[in-house]
Formats: sequence, structure tokens, C-alpha cells
Amino acid sequence: MTPGRIAIALMLAGLSFVPAQAETIQVTIDRLEFAPAEVKAKVGDTIEWVNKDALVHTATATNNDWAVNIAPRQSGSVVLKKPGAVDYFCKFHPNMKGRVVVAP
Amino acid sequence: MFVRLSAGIAALCLLSAPVFAQGAKPSDPQIAHIAYTAGQLDIDAAKQALAKSKNKEVREFAQEMERDHAEVNKQALALVKKLKVTPEDNDTSRALTKQAAAKRDELSKLDGAAFDKAYVANEVAYHKTVNGALETTLIPSASNGELKSLLQTGLKIFQGHQQHAEHVATDVK
Repeated sequence: MTPGRIAIALMLAGLSFVPAQAETIQVTIDRLEFAPAEVKAKVGDTIEWVNKDALVHTATATNNDWAVNIAPRQSGSVVLKKPGAVDYFCKFHPNMKGRVVVAP
Repeated sequence: MFVRLSAGIAALCLLSAPVFAQGAKPSDPQIAHIAYTAGQLDIDAAKQALAKSKNKEVREFAQEMERDHAEVNKQALALVKKLKVTPEDNDTSRALTKQAAAKRDELSKLDGAAFDKAYVANEVAYHKTVNGALETTLIPSASNGELKSLLQTGLKIFQGHQQHAEHVATDVK
């Protein structure tokens, strides 16, 4: 292997180890609605729900992967650990629905 | 004919509260009174459930009813104060109160799983009735925009409660 090739190989190896910058994605809760209702994210990203209502809400994954309690006028968050699409709802007001699509 | 008619009326009364009479359009002070009363009655029902039930899911539901209806009523009081509206007692509020008292009395005689089942079933029915009234009578009749908007948000909250109650009902069967 020439030094040049080694450098390229190291670079490629390095790329696969450096994760893309994790982001925090905000979802607002206002008058019993998650907005945006659907968000796209990557594994490692954080979803932060900002509750503008004076009511307690939850973001509860239908597959039980996570459940977040969100106090009135507070926020709550979850770090996404698994890829896939997750539907969630508020367990107190099940007419509130949202979805997170998590890329690997 | 008369018998049939009264049987029909009786059936209607059993189905949906006779309280929400057709025809007469309630005024804003009456609507405010009805909405506040409906919330307060559900808080009272929740208090009874919290005193009697040992079921975790039922208690959690009752706590939610107490919390949410108290918050909505707090907002309703703040709004009527701001609008300088004095809530006005009326036949619908009185009928709701009377029915709730009868139900509370009935539930007081039950315990354990029988109480849980009856309380949750009534919560489903009660929210259905109140939501129906909000949709067909109270919201369309409200003339003040802010009152209408509060009732609309209230309806969304109570539709959530109804769905939650329906879910709990399948668990306490």
C-alpha cells in the first residue's frame, strides 16, 4: 500500500466513525396539537417538545420505545436511539398524535 | 300515540341529557354557566373516584379530570371577568347538576371493580353528551369570539378525555 492509499483508507475509516452532528429538533405543543406533526431525525438526535398549553401532556410512543411527560409550559425531550418510524400520542389526550421518522 | 311519544321522549332523555333542549339558543352568560358547571361536575365525580377507587389507571384518569377541568374553568373564570359577563344559571345547568347528583348517589353504593367500571362508563357517556352539546349548541350559539375559542379548545380537550375514558373502559371491563 502506498502512503497515499493508506491516507485515503484512514480517511474513509475515520469518516465512518465520526457521527454526523446530532441535532435537537423542536416540536411545539399548542392547543392540543403537535407541530410539526411529523418530523424527520437521525439516530442520536434529540426531540424536544415545548408545551405551550396549561395542561400536562405526554409524548408516548405507540411501540413503547419511549414516553415523555411534559409539564404545563415546560419542555421534555428524548434522545432517539433506534432507526425507524415511530408514531406517538398524548396518553391523557389520545386525540393528539405525532410521528418521528428516524434515519440510521 | 301519546304513549309512543312519551316513550320516545323518555328514550331520548336516557340517551342524551334532556338538558340540552333543542330550539332555544342559549346566551353567552348561560353558555358560560353551562360550561363551567359541566367542568365542576366532572371535578366532583373525579373527587369521588379518588376517594373510592384503588385502581391505578382509574385514579390516574380521575386526577387528569380534576387537573384539566380545573384549568379550563380557571381560564373560563378569567375570561368572564375580562368580558364583564356574569354567568347566568339556567335550566340546562340545573338539569346537569341534578343528573350528576343522582349519578354520584348511585356510584356511592358501589365499590371496587364495580365502582371503577360504572365510574368510567359514566365518564365516557358524560363526555359524549357534553361534547355533543358543545358541537351542536354551545359553540354555534356563542356570540363572543373569545368565548367561542375557549369552548373550541375545551372541546378538543374533552374529546381527548372521552378517548382516554374509552381506553380505560376497555381495561376495567
